[in-house]
Amino acid sequence: MQRTYLTGFLFAVALLFHISIFAKSDESEGEKDLKTEIDEYIQHHLKDSHDFSLFSYTKENGEHVYVGFPLPVILWDEGLKVFSSSKFHHGETLAEVDGNFYKLYHSKIYRTDAQGTINYDADDHPTNVKPLDFSMTKSVVMIIITGFLMFLLFRGLARSYAKNGGIPKGVGRFFEPIVLYIRDDIAIATIGEKRYKKYMSFLLTIFFFIWFLNMFGMTPLGVNVTGNIAITSALAILTFLITNFTGTKDYWKHLFDPLGDSMPWIAKIPLYIILIPIELLGIFIKPFSLLIRLYANMQAGHIVIMSLIGLMFIFKNWIGSSLSFGLAFAISLIEILVALLQAYIFTMLSALYFGFASEEHEHAEAH
Amino acid sequence: MEQLIEQFSLGLFFWQTLLFIALVFLLWKYAWKPILNAVNDREEGIKNALAAAEDAKKEMQNVTADGEKLLQEARAEREVMLKEAREIKDKIVADARDLAQVEGDKMIKQAQATIESEKKAAVADIKNQVADLSLQIAEKVIKEQLSDDKKQIKLVDDMLGDIKLN
Repeated sequence: MQRTYLTGFLFAVALLFHISIFAKSDESEGEKDLKTEIDEYIQHHLKDSHDFSLFSYTKENGEHVYVGFPLPVILWDEGLKVFSSSKFHHGETLAEVDGNFYKLYHSKIYRTDAQGTINYDADDHPTNVKPLDFSMTKSVVMIIITGFLMFLLFRGLARSYAKNGGIPKGVGRFFEPIVLYIRDDIAIATIGEKRYKKYMSFLLTIFFFIWFLNMFGMTPLGVNVTGNIAITSALAILTFLITNFTGTKDYWKHLFDPLGDSMPWIAKIPLYIILIPIELLGIFIKPFSLLIRLYANMQAGHIVIMSLIGLMFIFKNWIGSSLSFGLAFAISLIEILVALLQAYIFTMLSALYFGFASEEHEHAEAH
Repeated sequence: MEQLIEQFSLGLFFWQTLLFIALVFLLWKYAWKPILNAVNDREEGIKNALAAAEDAKKEMQNVTADGEKLLQEARAEREVMLKEAREIKDKIVADARDLAQVEGDKMIKQAQATIESEKKAAVADIKNQVADLSLQIAEKVIKEQLSDDKKQIKLVDDMLGDIKLN
């Protein structure tokens, strides 16, 4: 119950934050500009960023003020280059490091000349050199914060067992049933009593990691970490690697010989010309679906909420605005559910794939 | 699709993979393993406690069953004893009744015999007394009649007359 209040409160704050951002731009510019600005704001919000800005506003003299803090930029461009993102002044200026000039363009760093010229190809894509960017971006900071939080939380839970003789205490108590649910209804149910243990750490970590990051996405920090394709693909690739590296002989045999001894080898050849490529493709499609599902869900949720909030300022009358406020609030509630659901689905499907891979055929005829 | 690839940031991918793997191992060592072990231990404990309770219940049932059996046996024994007692009582009563009957009959017979003999004695006695009285009456009558001559003669006559008749 307390949690519900807490999330409700966080929402209210989140909405207020966004409102204050849009409200500022409302005063001097026209309708069309407002729409473009909202669109740009949403696009910007969905992307990763090189500095951690909590909110920004425009002064009366037209100067943009950002409240937040810069993050370290780490580039590999003929040598390691580390500097603070404050050098970009939120993309307004070039950063000069060791005689090279870098420009922030659509949240990406390009190497430019001293004037900051960006050359475009026929499809309007920049042709400038893009140095390898290992910066500690906003998302990386959020990952570290989430990791730290998870560590504190579950370390605390683990300790409370030792202290209280097997009975959890404190905040961890709320998470114990979830840990048990993942163990009993996800891991044991899909992988089996005998082999589930070696996957437990990954499953538990991935579930809470996705869930917490999804929830952070709903807070005023406005970080869209799990809606970033790089994050979801990293997670999906880990699932893929674990699936295939823990695959048993039966798993591979099933892959390359799906029909088994049910028919003579001569009859299997024409079938296998079709079947084996499908099976092999399946190995890759499974994690790929994980990647796209999480990315698309979180991305879409953010776009819908931000658009509805933006609508409030486009309507400019209290009926329309309050209606879109109500709608935004309702969608936010759904997004809370989606945050949990997506974490659950990712974990469940990963466990399912692990289950397939580690299966030893006691029931060969079942297929 | 092109936009997706555009959006893909290798740096973020690198950090995410690194940090996530580190997180998996750190949490395994410091959180998941102790948590799962503690939960396992607790579940074992609960299972054992339940099994012990079940055993105790069975034991209890056995004890109760034993008690019940003992009670039943005692009840059966009591029943048997009561039955025997009743039989003995009946027998004693019947015996006593028979004995009394026999004794009574004997006594009645004796009494009857005594009464008979008493009666006989009494009748004999009465006969004697009647004879005595008759004699005395006869004596007085004769004395009376003999006091007067006429009457004496008459008596003799009568007596003679009687004798003739005899």
